[in-house]
Amino acid sequence: MSSSIYESTVPTTSAFNTANYNPQLVKGVESVLVIGSGGLSIGQAGEFDYSGSQAIKALKEANKRTILINPNIATNQTSHSLADEIYYLPVTPEYITYIIERERPDAILLTFGGQTALNCGVALDRMGVLTKYNVKVLGTPIKTLETSEDRDLFSQALKEINIPTAESFACETIDEALIAAERVNYPVIVRSAYALGGLGSGFANNEAEMKQLAAQALSLSPQILVEKSLKGWKEVEYEVVRDRVDNCITVCNMENFDALGVHTGDSIVFAPSQTLSDEEYHMLRTAAIKIIRHLGVVGECNVQYALQPDGLDYRVIEVNARLSRSSALASKATGYPLAYTAAKIALGYTLPELPNPVTKTTVANFEPSLDYIVAKIPRWDLAKFQHVNRNIGSAMKSVGEVMAIGRNFEEAFQKAIRQIDPSFLGFQGSDEFGDDLDEVLANPTDRRWLAIGQALIYEGYSVEKVHELSKVDAWFLHKCMNMVEMYKELDAVSSLESFEKELLVRAKKMGFSDKQIAVSINKNSQANLHELDVRKYRKSLGITPFVKKIDTLAAEFPANTNYLYTTYNATKSDVEFSDKGMLVLGSGVYRIGSSVEFDWCAVNTARALRESGKKTVMINYNPETVSTDFDEVDRLYFEELSFERVMDIYELENSEGCIISVGGQLPQNIALKLLEDGAKILGTSPVDIDRAENRHKFSSILDTIGVDQPEWSELSSVAEAKEFSNSVGYPVLIRPSYVLSGAAMSVVNSEDELETKLTNASDVSPDHPVVISKFIEGAQEIDVDAVAYDGEVLVHAISEHVENAGVHSGDATLILPPQSLSEDIKNRLYDIAKKVAKAWKITGPFNMQIIKDDRHKGTTLKVIECNIRASRSFPFVSKVLGVNFIDTAVKAFIGEDVPKPVNLMDLQYPYVATKVPQFSFTRLAGADPFLGVEMASTGEVAAFGKDALESYWTAMQSTMNFNVPLPPSGILFGGDLSKEFLGQVAGLISVLGYKIFTTSETTREYLKRYVPENCQVDIIEFPKNDKRKLRELFQLHDIKAVFNLAAKRAESLEDVDYVMRRNAIDFALPLFNEPQTALLFAKALSAKVGEKLKILESSDVVVPPEVRTWHEWIGQRPM
Amino acid sequence: MPQQFTKATFQIENGPSYEGISFGAPQSAAGETVFTTSLVGYPESMTDPSYKGQILVFTQPLIGNYGVPSGEARDELNLLKYFESPNAHVVGIVVAEYAWKYSHWTAVQSLSEWCIKEGVAAITGVDTRSVVQYLREQGSSLGRIVVDDGQAAPAYIDTMKAHLVAQVSTKQPYYIAAGAGASANVALIDCGVKENIVRCLAARGANVTVFPHDYPIQDVALQFDGIFISNGPGDPKLCGATVDNLKHLLEEPQFEQLPIFGICMGHQLLALAAGATAVKMKYGNRAHNIPALDLTTGQCHITSQNHGYAIDVESLPKNSFKSYFVNLNDSSNEGLIHCTRPVFSTQFHPEAKGGPMDTAVLFDKYFNNIATYQKNRNSNAKTSIKFELPVQSMASERVF
Repeated sequence: MSSSIYESTVPTTSAFNTANYNPQLVKGVESVLVIGSGGLSIGQAGEFDYSGSQAIKALKEANKRTILINPNIATNQTSHSLADEIYYLPVTPEYITYIIERERPDAILLTFGGQTALNCGVALDRMGVLTKYNVKVLGTPIKTLETSEDRDLFSQALKEINIPTAESFACETIDEALIAAERVNYPVIVRSAYALGGLGSGFANNEAEMKQLAAQALSLSPQILVEKSLKGWKEVEYEVVRDRVDNCITVCNMENFDALGVHTGDSIVFAPSQTLSDEEYHMLRTAAIKIIRHLGVVGECNVQYALQPDGLDYRVIEVNARLSRSSALASKATGYPLAYTAAKIALGYTLPELPNPVTKTTVANFEPSLDYIVAKIPRWDLAKFQHVNRNIGSAMKSVGEVMAIGRNFEEAFQKAIRQIDPSFLGFQGSDEFGDDLDEVLANPTDRRWLAIGQALIYEGYSVEKVHELSKVDAWFLHKCMNMVEMYKELDAVSSLESFEKELLVRAKKMGFSDKQIAVSINKNSQANLHELDVRKYRKSLGITPFVKKIDTLAAEFPANTNYLYTTYNATKSDVEFSDKGMLVLGSGVYRIGSSVEFDWCAVNTARALRESGKKTVMINYNPETVSTDFDEVDRLYFEELSFERVMDIYELENSEGCIISVGGQLPQNIALKLLEDGAKILGTSPVDIDRAENRHKFSSILDTIGVDQPEWSELSSVAEAKEFSNSVGYPVLIRPSYVLSGAAMSVVNSEDELETKLTNASDVSPDHPVVISKFIEGAQEIDVDAVAYDGEVLVHAISEHVENAGVHSGDATLILPPQSLSEDIKNRLYDIAKKVAKAWKITGPFNMQIIKDDRHKGTTLKVIECNIRASRSFPFVSKVLGVNFIDTAVKAFIGEDVPKPVNLMDLQYPYVATKVPQFSFTRLAGADPFLGVEMASTGEVAAFGKDALESYWTAMQSTMNFNVPLPPSGILFGGDLSKEFLGQVAGLISVLGYKIFTTSETTREYLKRYVPENCQVDIIEFPKNDKRKLRELFQLHDIKAVFNLAAKRAESLEDVDYVMRRNAIDFALPLFNEPQTALLFAKALSAKVGEKLKILESSDVVVPPEVRTWHEWIGQRPM
Repeated sequence: MPQQFTKATFQIENGPSYEGISFGAPQSAAGETVFTTSLVGYPESMTDPSYKGQILVFTQPLIGNYGVPSGEARDELNLLKYFESPNAHVVGIVVAEYAWKYSHWTAVQSLSEWCIKEGVAAITGVDTRSVVQYLREQGSSLGRIVVDDGQAAPAYIDTMKAHLVAQVSTKQPYYIAAGAGASANVALIDCGVKENIVRCLAARGANVTVFPHDYPIQDVALQFDGIFISNGPGDPKLCGATVDNLKHLLEEPQFEQLPIFGICMGHQLLALAAGATAVKMKYGNRAHNIPALDLTTGQCHITSQNHGYAIDVESLPKNSFKSYFVNLNDSSNEGLIHCTRPVFSTQFHPEAKGGPMDTAVLFDKYFNNIATYQKNRNSNAKTSIKFELPVQSMASERVF
């Protein structure tokens, strides 16, 4: 191993609580470059905001100057309260090099930004950049990172210490893969090297399946690994920490509910392990420590095992020598701040030199003991995508996860289920499976736990039978049976009068919600109970939850911690309730439409409250967040965001008030109920919020204040709907009220379509009527974010969408300050904001989407959506304008130090920022990459520039794995020829020296009209059904980008445009599928690609102009 | 949960009382109440003789998940495969959430069935976290599990007053032959030895002769290549005979080179023999996660522990022992090493079972000491004494 940055690897007796305390830190490190993970995507989500934030916190404590690169503007880590300098730039070796050239950092942290940061680190090392600039790699050395990433090196390393790995063969061709499969025997698993979240992985049971799988995997990665499948084995993980002097601990182990075969990110997980004996637990623990020592990790590491279910055989599946999703989960599950500790260790501290941050009196060199059980369930959003395969397996597909804490399995599991989606009552079945029940049990989909519920509760399956099919350990299923038995007991209750206290207590101990109990009792009786009836009855019997601390040591030592959860399995609470703190409701699970931006809002709310001297109580259950760091608030409840639990906590804490408008739609949905039950809601009254969420009320108020809106009507029958649609003319937009991320919204072009779609939309939300509105084509959409106090707008931001209306605002590209809006339009928008604030008596944040309709004489501005809460774009506008909108909102909430109104849109900004969506289509095999009214993006990134082109140019490069196509490479064109966009794009691009390709004569003729006479447009062969051939053709023609402007979603998998779009994704090529952004990118290419080519050709490192810190762009250091 | 269950109450003397359900033997039990924060290993803990007479509270709320393996199964050394001694030694256990249904390939019975068989009282449904908080503040207390069987509740018993080591120690010597390739003879003083200690010795090549706790070991010590003093229950001050015997080993020049290793009670008895004093801790250390800093190397190890007494290092006479390990959480002594002789001891359990195996290297260290002793002794014929104990006629397991 190359020389270490640590002068000594010999332990001393230095410990934080002894006289010998004398840490030997890495010398000559004053500034540290921290690499972030970029936009949230499947497989790499909010957990890295948490880990990066903790790392920066640790560095700050050690007085290091921190420089952060992360284009994810919605994150908490990209705040000056943490990092000293922030670059919103692409996390690529190229841009990191520019920053190193500019900043000359002494050291770099590579293990806190997921696979992206790690891959960049390996690349920078290979390019010689780190050596050239003498940048020290803190923590785990590059060589270890490489070993853990390269399957062959890894297997070899583990062989050296006699630790068994799944036998693995590296293959570069399909034939090699087939031979390897014969050698290890079917079934086999195929994995790609250097891929996050198991991308391009899968199982094959025979030669035919193997051929197909290998072809697909080899199209994504030059090398694949073929291993024996260990389906049915238990999957167990350990989180291990090692310091420079070889002290090692395992902070947590976790056991998957799903047997091996389901990616751990897609598995239901429990911590600590529940079915492992001491012998098994410590066999794997010992191996984990042996591995981390042998590899030489300095910091944190995750080891995944397959464990034989009926013997002591095991295999190491994977080692991640960096902070990971699992380490974030382990941190939240145990209270042990892994990322923080890993960062301290990277600086040279040893474990005994660090105090346990929870107890503060005991040492960090210990292993947490949990006196509770933690459940994690992933959240998928597969229903939002067309043509997507719903099976879950070795490639991760979930977009978020929840964590629940209880003192028994049932309590934790049922909490977690409800956290996934409030429409779930708890452990339950679903009749959707029909005859496929056994199939779903055996071959898991995102709905498998419901199939287990269905089998055990309604279909009379035995534990043995479900185990046989699913391979889920019988212990978990026996525990599920306890809930099945409880359902039976509850079903037999006919009224509250006959509801025994003893039974109610037992039901609550098993995590049954009031609503779940009410529904069960109603099932076989005329009781017609509401959850509030059960709540009232329960409270009358004095049955309320207890509050327990998470203290890392199972109460062995006193710990003044504020990390809390509630349970009915107790007789005493750990805390006293005299704070009267303000409740802040967090965002809950990350999902499409609600993500890290709401965590930023929640965290900033808590900070602002604390700065105003208020006590704060955070409620959230998302282990990927910063808001669930216990040092962010006075009290953290890692709990459900249900009415029942929030009200429980509100009452226990004698809270002074509750903030429901900074966590997205989820807390908003329970606002009215909280108010009705006596909670004080800060900011806009939930009654007024309801007047905005109810389409009908909303619209009539707009009418009375003279604010325009598209023609609309509330729908009660299909006939009425048809009549209305015909009168306004198609297309129309149909949607239910209480819309979350565009669910069930659709644009309908004809009467036939209307009839089919309508049924779907009303299925979604029977409680709320469906509304139809005129859909205005080709109009520009505008986002207005604002904060008001007592009906008066304090601050507002106007962002213009690049895409036309019709693309969900969450998928839209936003430009701020707006570049194409006249003063008059901006003033009119401000005026609308003022009217709305006044009409709804808004105090706090709100957001509107407005359409600029130029169809008729004089522009009209029509409000299409208004949410009286913080929106997705709050961190973006706050950071771009340098004014923290949340801070202003909190001042409005509490009515203290409320600032004077200011028209931020009247000021001059010498820069432009652009926010672009981050998609995860790569991970969703088969899904059509198409933008519409349903949101599809999983994250966002943003960049600054001197103008819109520069900021868009940088922002696009900041999306994951985006490689700018450089001339003279080829670009493939296809899609909608009825408009001029595709031609305009081709016209702009053709003069830059790219080769233009298409697949049909019609398109060629169309394109020829737009490109210069001398420019060739070539037709290439396009074998729709032969992926390998397609890949070869793409390589042959050096195709480096695809422009396929889709008019509508593909109806079939045979659609040429679908195949073109999908393969652009599968071959990791930039895809432009929407006309306005395609055009903007073509313009950006025209403006910037020449400069880029020059920079890349230069032998010196030339730093392009977009490489400036946030503070340099906006001239101040806010937040 | 069975339809017909028996109610039970867990009571702490002068302290709180907890309602629950009995899942163990249908009889009440009383004893000193202690808690363990270990996450796994309830069969190992419950069969550990060091828990003799105690009521054990588990902070891990879910207990019984993987059932109980066979108490008869033996390994190739003829040692119990899954248990640390043939029977349960705790008189009662207190858990938050008993798993009525278990699942594990090694299980042959449920924890409930086994408790009934072993006469161990067991109660589930107790807020064990609040019990721990009480014990943490008040110190180890007397407790009882009162099973609703119509009989009067038993009196609180201070088990620590009894000479527990005498109760759990083998009555006659027994002999375990080494695994393949015996290289040494070790005498083990049984204060309540865990099966895995014998295994750790035999598996490394020692023929192990296990002696009753008060056996005059000094009479036979020179026949052996090393002496080992085991773990055991209760107050070390009650083991006067053993301490006196050990004084011979520590003081007489003929034993100057003789390797000695003591664990837990063995550690405390060595310290007492050297003249130190033992103090009863407030609530003891029973866990699998305790950091012990090696003062000779600076390395910090995660250790398995189960003790209610500790050695007061200040009381050690000069030039005998020095502190070897220290507990980084509460600064208590975790081990001693002799200033001149190949003698060392640990308060924690390098043999694990349950718990982490990180310090198993100490057995290797002991065997290194043995090898050195053997080499020096062979080059000096005068001190070499032939091993002539009649091991073949000895029992092959604990004798009661």
